[in-house]
Amino acid sequence: MEDEQSFSDICGGRLALQRRYYSPSCREFCLSCPRLSLRSLTAVTCTVWLAAYGLFTLCENSMILSAAIFITLLGLLGYLHFVKIDQETLLIIDSLGIQMTSSYASGKESTTFIEMGKVKDVVINEAIYMQKVIYYLCILLKDPVEPHGISQVVPVFQSTKPRLDCLIEVYRSCQEILAHQKAASASP
Amino acid sequence: MKRRAHKERRGRRTRSLLGCSSCLGCWERGPSPHGMVVKAFFPTCCASADSGLLVGRWVPEQSSAVVLAVVHFPFIPIQVKELLAQVHQAGRVGLAVLGTWCHRRQEAEERLGPFLEGLGAIFSHEPWLQLCRERTSGLWSCKATRQQGPTRPGVKDQVMLVFYDQRQVLLSQLHPPAALPDRQAGDATASAEGLAAVFDTVARSEALFRSDCFDEGPVRLSHWQSEGVEASILAELAKRASGPVCLLLACLLSLISAARTCRVFKLRPLSFIWSKLSVCGQLGHRLEQLALVFSTQKAESPAQLMRKANVLVSVLLDVALGLALLSWLHGKDRIGQLAEALVPVADHVAEALQHLLQWLMGAPAGLKMNRALDQVLGRFFLYHLHLWISYVHLLSPFIEHILWHVGLSACLGLTVALSTLSDIIALLTFHIYCFYVYGARLYCLKICGLSSLWRLFRGKKWNVLRQRVDSCSYDLDQLFIGTLLFTVLLFLLPTTALYYLVFTLLRLLVVAVQGLIHLLVDLVNSLPLYSLGLRLCRPYRLAAGVKFRVLEHEAGRPLRLLMQINPLPYGRVVHAYRLPSCGCHPTHSWGSLCRKLFFGELIYPWRQRGDKQD
Repeated sequence: MEDEQSFSDICGGRLALQRRYYSPSCREFCLSCPRLSLRSLTAVTCTVWLAAYGLFTLCENSMILSAAIFITLLGLLGYLHFVKIDQETLLIIDSLGIQMTSSYASGKESTTFIEMGKVKDVVINEAIYMQKVIYYLCILLKDPVEPHGISQVVPVFQSTKPRLDCLIEVYRSCQEILAHQKAASASP
Repeated sequence: MKRRAHKERRGRRTRSLLGCSSCLGCWERGPSPHGMVVKAFFPTCCASADSGLLVGRWVPEQSSAVVLAVVHFPFIPIQVKELLAQVHQAGRVGLAVLGTWCHRRQEAEERLGPFLEGLGAIFSHEPWLQLCRERTSGLWSCKATRQQGPTRPGVKDQVMLVFYDQRQVLLSQLHPPAALPDRQAGDATASAEGLAAVFDTVARSEALFRSDCFDEGPVRLSHWQSEGVEASILAELAKRASGPVCLLLACLLSLISAARTCRVFKLRPLSFIWSKLSVCGQLGHRLEQLALVFSTQKAESPAQLMRKANVLVSVLLDVALGLALLSWLHGKDRIGQLAEALVPVADHVAEALQHLLQWLMGAPAGLKMNRALDQVLGRFFLYHLHLWISYVHLLSPFIEHILWHVGLSACLGLTVALSTLSDIIALLTFHIYCFYVYGARLYCLKICGLSSLWRLFRGKKWNVLRQRVDSCSYDLDQLFIGTLLFTVLLFLLPTTALYYLVFTLLRLLVVAVQGLIHLLVDLVNSLPLYSLGLRLCRPYRLAAGVKFRVLEHEAGRPLRLLMQINPLPYGRVVHAYRLPSCGCHPTHSWGSLCRKLFFGELIYPWRQRGDKQD
């Protein structure tokens, strides 16, 4: 069962939330950011090349121009492979765990899986981010030493940063599944 | 869509629970109170195997069944139980028959159904899994039945299928390794937490994978070996040859180590030179590493095996780079060019130093120095420099031969060549080191004198017994002399301090250059190249964890997931497997370094572990 809705992130950009309900115990949430725009790419390239041309007229060394081309290419590749995140996915499977995947613009995917035994709860927290107060969804991990303590807070959707309305949707679905899990683990 | 009929059975089974295909009804109504979710870890290689029995391990804490192999018909139940007992003996992992596997062509093979269900009576297991796949459409269906199930009626056991690649899971190592309790005799529990239990189970059941469905054994199994046993002739030959080769090389290395520890090298001048040259340190380090690699003992743990492999690859790369450097040096008479360029460079450096001393003897940077002390120190250093230049000129005819022979040491490795270069730099700048030592000693003496006389000025003294400052009453003549000396030392301080500063900066420059070379040597020494290569070419071998992917899902069919290995990031690979380096790291922090410089104590940046303090 698939469902798509559009929300906005904390800066006002548009986000698309795709929800897939595979089964009552397995749900996936996929947030997509807007792609790299041609306008910003052209602007950056033109700035860099104009600066390089300016330096060239000062120094009369053609190495500067080739260096500028090289830097632009490498910079673009590096940006696409290491910085620009296209999609962030949260997959929650009852009795297995929670998986977070970030897909970069170059196709690289980085995945983290947290086992259900380590998850204490999923909550929405507030944070002060520069001059704003934002909400973010995070997973609380159990402390192996202290049964009621929290060892780590893992934030989810760090790059896409959706607003509260989107977070509430995801939060509700996660809590349904976690309630299942708690009921199942409570009964012998 | 197929619908299963409710079945009521008499006899041993009191009731059976509904299978997943009829879960559609409850799903449409919304989430209902389901029973336990049973996770079945199924190897991808068995998805195309013929019908048979499922053999594996049941982990009750996570209600998951790890299926390891499929036993095909015909079989004798006693023999199956014997095989499982053997595997239990070998790997201390409690395997059992978990259920039945049915891979059928069409609906017509109904006769297999009751037969499979009857098997549940022979191999009783709680819960009893029944996995089924249709050959034509590839649709899956599963059931998990319990004899003594939950007493609430209408509660169903859901089955979730998790596919895993058995070969990859068998060969991979989790980082950090799951800490298991010590295996005790007869104790079959492997209590690894969470998904590490799956890895652990597969790793311990190696005895099960020895025979497969194509062997003529009593029991025919299907597992990852059925896809084709991989072997390489070169690898097998290398394994056979490695025994005698290791023995030979171990004997050779022990001979060399014995020669090294013989009495000749314990004599004072040789042992002193030995400890100061970094080449010797590097050679010793390499010898130790080679002894580790070629030792005749088998590696106890995977970490040790990785270390041996890393050391071997590092040594091979080192030697390869060294030989490349050697061929470059000895071609086109580069050694001759280098030797010709060396003496003029040394002359040039000496001239620059002379200019510097002349500048210090005048009014450096507008500061007014004490004329007499200035002249004394300046002339002393100039004479020292003159001696050094004569010495270098004396050596100049032999330099080419020395360089040629020293260049041959590059065949032992690039690190040895770099260490030799560092030593040559140290020898050529020996006069700077001497100047630094003289300046530092003078300055240190002056500072000690000043601090002691300052205490006298205030009427205190240093109590050596109690290691503290005590008050003391001095006589008048003691105070008089002390004050005089204090003023003399104080007004001579700027001159000495300036010489000390200049020579310390020069020394630090040389130390920085040597430091860079040592850093490079450390890099080649400690980089785990084999682990990085493994991470590049076989990423599943080094696992940071797992990741799941939801496979095509149809309504009414069980949820199917694919479990893949999440490889370790490169940074963590380097961190986990880096080799221990020579140990030539600076032993003091920036704070203590500044303190030593201020008080004029000599600094020795390359203090080896186990060296006595000078």
